[in-house]
Amino acid sequence: MTKLNRFFYIFGLAASLSLAVNASAVNLTGAGATFPYPIYAKWADTYKTQTGISLNYQSIGSGGGIKQIIARTVDFGASDMPLKPEELEKNGLMQFPAVMGGVVPVINVAGVAAGQLKLDGKVLADIFLGKITKWNDPALMALNVGTKLPNETITVVHRSDGSGTTFIFTNYLSKVSPEWKSAVGEGTAVSWKAGTGGKGNEGVASYVQRIKNSIGYVEYAYALQNKMTYAQLKNHDGQFVKPDDTSFKAAAANADWEKAPGFYELLTNEPGKESWPITGATFILMHKTQDKPETAKEVLKFFDWAYSNGGKMAEALDYVPMPEKVQQLVRAAWKAQIKDNKGKAFWK
Amino acid sequence: MPTFLREVHMKRHNLLDILFRNVTRLSAFAVLMLLVAIIVSLIIGSLPSIKTFGFRFLTSAEWNPVTDEFGALVPIVGTLVTSAIALLIAIPVSFGIALFLTELSPRWLRRPLGIAIELLAGIPSIIYGMWGLFVFAPLFADYVQPWLIEKLGPLPIFGPLFQGIPMGIGVLTAGIILAIMVIPFIASVMRDVFEVVPTLLKESAYGLGATTWEVMWHVVLPYTKIGVAGGIMLGLGRALGETMAVTFVIGNAHKLSASLLMPGNSISSALANEFNEAVGELYTSALVELGLILFLITFIVLSLARYMLYMLTKREGSTT
Repeated sequence: MTKLNRFFYIFGLAASLSLAVNASAVNLTGAGATFPYPIYAKWADTYKTQTGISLNYQSIGSGGGIKQIIARTVDFGASDMPLKPEELEKNGLMQFPAVMGGVVPVINVAGVAAGQLKLDGKVLADIFLGKITKWNDPALMALNVGTKLPNETITVVHRSDGSGTTFIFTNYLSKVSPEWKSAVGEGTAVSWKAGTGGKGNEGVASYVQRIKNSIGYVEYAYALQNKMTYAQLKNHDGQFVKPDDTSFKAAAANADWEKAPGFYELLTNEPGKESWPITGATFILMHKTQDKPETAKEVLKFFDWAYSNGGKMAEALDYVPMPEKVQQLVRAAWKAQIKDNKGKAFWK
Repeated sequence: MPTFLREVHMKRHNLLDILFRNVTRLSAFAVLMLLVAIIVSLIIGSLPSIKTFGFRFLTSAEWNPVTDEFGALVPIVGTLVTSAIALLIAIPVSFGIALFLTELSPRWLRRPLGIAIELLAGIPSIIYGMWGLFVFAPLFADYVQPWLIEKLGPLPIFGPLFQGIPMGIGVLTAGIILAIMVIPFIASVMRDVFEVVPTLLKESAYGLGATTWEVMWHVVLPYTKIGVAGGIMLGLGRALGETMAVTFVIGNAHKLSASLLMPGNSISSALANEFNEAVGELYTSALVELGLILFLITFIVLSLARYMLYMLTKREGSTT
């Protein structure tokens, strides 16, 4: 055997060996929302070291995630915007919440400290509608007695890309302001009536930090990491609350998940004294009928593990884990809704 | 060499020749096929939007994903205005750079300056975008825009172009960043073509007592105008299609406003922002149609430029 021959021989052997290994190991794939990407990646990494099962998550955006799961090119899809029950039905999908986060109004006004500015839903909607244009507008002054607000024009900053963050934010404004609901509505992208758009949470965060007298909205994690000046919000019960773990958890605990068909539950404007009004969960989408029940079972096992063991990791990355009660509901839904192609449930 | 051997030799050569010709032809046709394929897929992708909105798509400034109502006027205007601002700034500056490098600069400075300009052309556009947002925009908002608003804003005709609040970002900022990005392209082409002007021509003009300016304007520029226009077209092409740098600083608002200081949108920037998360057939289709429009704009602009060059050379033929 010549040297070259031997080389190819070994090379071929190695190649066939690696193929064999790949075929035997389970490889889970998912695609979708960008907002939960850091925590899914962290969970996947830890899960792999513990079980050897690798999960490959591509953060291509919620819209892409929905398209890919409908086309069955991935084992699960992920979306920040829950699908309506009829849409789930149409595509044979089921969904469940994986993890939660909050959306926070952030401002840049000289002399106003973090948590000092108080806003309510109507005023926030009017600012984003372009109806309130000055920081010393009477409506703002009435909410902030004792805080000195300048006679300056407000610059509104919103997301320029389609985003689950925008969906949660506009869903909240639609709930609290009829005018917003009729003029703008809710969606991952909307027709903004005022202001300028930044790309991604980081885009909005940097615009707000750079443009004087501006107001925008970002994921809580971004507000925290960039040490931004957030505002307090008046919640459903009329209390002013600050955005933090406690107020997000309160909103989640007060949500009535049991009565929400297909987990179509938006945690905006939830009742409860401590509830942060702009809270939202991010969702996982799976087919109800599974051709490959083994793979689907591994996906469910992963999220089961993430519910039980991933809470601390989620909190470290400024997400809020799902409450125990909701986890039980989700596990029950897995059992009731996901079947193999013979109609048999495989989650116990 | 016996005749039959020579014939074999020739045949082999012939065969190679045919092979070579066909390979090159194939490459050329592949490009053409690709172009056609892209146009066809763009048209197919935008059919739902074309059917729904028709011509209104070009004239409507409404862009509402919630109600599925789309119009491309804002991005079209934004693309054209930012590119126009970019060229307005870039052409004279590039001309100055090229002139200095070929005629006025001391010999030892030419190489480093030339290399520096070529390096500028190699910087990825996202770096320009980030620099524009983090460095340029704040300085522009603090020092330049207040002055523009105060001094030019109240003027009768041009005034509305410079009204608003100093945000730092907006259509004008995007145009300036684009200008910085296209200057290296235009300048290096101009320099290259200025360098090929025969010394004899220039020396003759100098010998007749012409100043540097006169030599440039009456000898060098007429001699190189096709190359110069080509360089400008190259820059315009880049400005029209530039995505990342514009996205960072244009403000991404689907809103038509007279002022250059207010946020706007460009076609490529809207695509980059919204394609990922676009849900629903009509929304995606409207974005694909935006792409088709950008394609057409580029095509029209390049054809116009070709036509202008053609007329220039034709007129020259008649005057001499």
